[in-house]
Amino acid sequence: MSKLKNYTMSSLALFIGMIVLLIAADVLYMISWDVGPKEIFEILSSKEVISAFHLSIFTSLITLVLILLTAIPVGYALSRYKFKGHSFVNTFVDVPIVLPPIVLGLSLLAFFGTPFGGVVKEIINKFCDGLHVTIMSVLNLTKGTSIGGHFVWFWSGIDLGVDGAFGIIMCQYLVSVSYCIRSAKSAFEQVPRNYEDVALTLGCSEGMAFKKVTLPLAKNGIIAGGIMAWARAIGVFGPLMVFVGTGRSVQVMPTHMWLHLNIGNVEAALVVSMVTMLIAGMAITFVHWFAHGRHWQ
Amino acid sequence: MSRLKITDLHLTAGKFKVKDVNLDIDDHQYFVLMGPTGSGKSLLLKAICGLMPVEAGSIHMRDREITKLEPKDREIGYVPQNSGLFPHLSVLDNITFSAIVAGESHEDALKDSKNAIAKLEIAHLLGRSVVNLSGGETQKVALARALARNPQLLILDEPVSAVDEPTRKEICAVLSDIQTEFKITTIHVCHSREEARSVSDTIGVMAKGELLETGLIDELEKESKHPEIIRLLGTTTKGAQ
Repeated sequence: MSKLKNYTMSSLALFIGMIVLLIAADVLYMISWDVGPKEIFEILSSKEVISAFHLSIFTSLITLVLILLTAIPVGYALSRYKFKGHSFVNTFVDVPIVLPPIVLGLSLLAFFGTPFGGVVKEIINKFCDGLHVTIMSVLNLTKGTSIGGHFVWFWSGIDLGVDGAFGIIMCQYLVSVSYCIRSAKSAFEQVPRNYEDVALTLGCSEGMAFKKVTLPLAKNGIIAGGIMAWARAIGVFGPLMVFVGTGRSVQVMPTHMWLHLNIGNVEAALVVSMVTMLIAGMAITFVHWFAHGRHWQ
Repeated sequence: MSRLKITDLHLTAGKFKVKDVNLDIDDHQYFVLMGPTGSGKSLLLKAICGLMPVEAGSIHMRDREITKLEPKDREIGYVPQNSGLFPHLSVLDNITFSAIVAGESHEDALKDSKNAIAKLEIAHLLGRSVVNLSGGETQKVALARALARNPQLLILDEPVSAVDEPTRKEICAVLSDIQTEFKITTIHVCHSREEARSVSDTIGVMAKGELLETGLIDELEKESKHPEIIRLLGTTTKGAQ
């Protein structure tokens, strides 16, 4: 083996070993503290964990939809149109990635602390309250069934406003959206402009050419970026602590873990973190599957 | 009767300009546009197709001005460099694409394309993915797709630049047959004199954004004094002596 191959392969092995060691440490810690399947089941079936899990999934899925709605047009504009200040805008899109997450939380706090932000907050809260009432009245019709009852329990305890789910979604969105924009931009760049030109001469409008040709060809890259952004969103912690806090109705998986740690319940925090790791692992597996055109390499 | 008439056309793409192009192509004519790389041929084709804005001048198809029409309303079949076949669609879906976009059923769309499919002998390819086609097959499918909706004008941007010599000859023969059979006015861009000769006897030569001369290839070979034309046609003419 060449020296270069020796060095690079050793670095790769070392890096993989480090990740495996970290995961193994969690498992070993739990074993050493006699945390068995029974204890794991007890922790995971507690109302607080289930509620945090539900809220994490609910908010992060809405965040994912918002991320895709942003990343697809923004990624397309950046990849296709040359305009004054293109390089600046292209760099600016990455700002949320390089900002310390806590700064985003602080900025949100500052924005909603201004008179204008206060008005915006009031409007959003009013809308969210109305939405909550509507959802509850629909859900109450299904209260008798087991699934319906389950949803009523979750929705009755949720705060949809700026200090609740809306705030969580904003934090998740701001931290993660740039990852998907980057991915969408590079996916669109890989679709030659030629294809759109031909589609236009074959009877498509610009919108139709985008829908029928460009979007399907960029799909895998966009989905991979969306999953990556979603996995990032579900793990957001810093801005949440600053902006929405750790109240019972706003606890998502990361804040729930932190609360367990705060009271010295390391085992429970580790069990919840294993679930988060599992979700992240599944997400990254899907990212690779989509990035390679939906087959393994 | 003139099928395509371009008058005083000016185009700008970044710092490159196509200047003062005047061109008249007759009905059912097979016209070859030659010129070195970067001479503005592809830009001119794109302007005819409506894929780039015209700065000044006009384009008429028969008596209809199409200068400002959307590409979809121009009735032009366009085969770009490297064919532009959509890799996520099958051969059949590529060929019937324009009919499906126009709202036709798959059966009607296939019926519309039957003639071109038969003439190009590609019926056996219909179920295949375009990704696995050979160079010659790719060009035939791209041609069938461009012909599917009976366009008034067929534009071929270096249609045989990416194929080997025997395939080039085969495709050029097919192009000539198609033009005769469908009686379709055609503009074909190429770099090689042999390729031009194999499909047509009328050419135009572009260089540095200008259409230098148009005429019969034999006449241009013998009479043109323009150094760029002499270089491109590779002959010893009076102009070169």
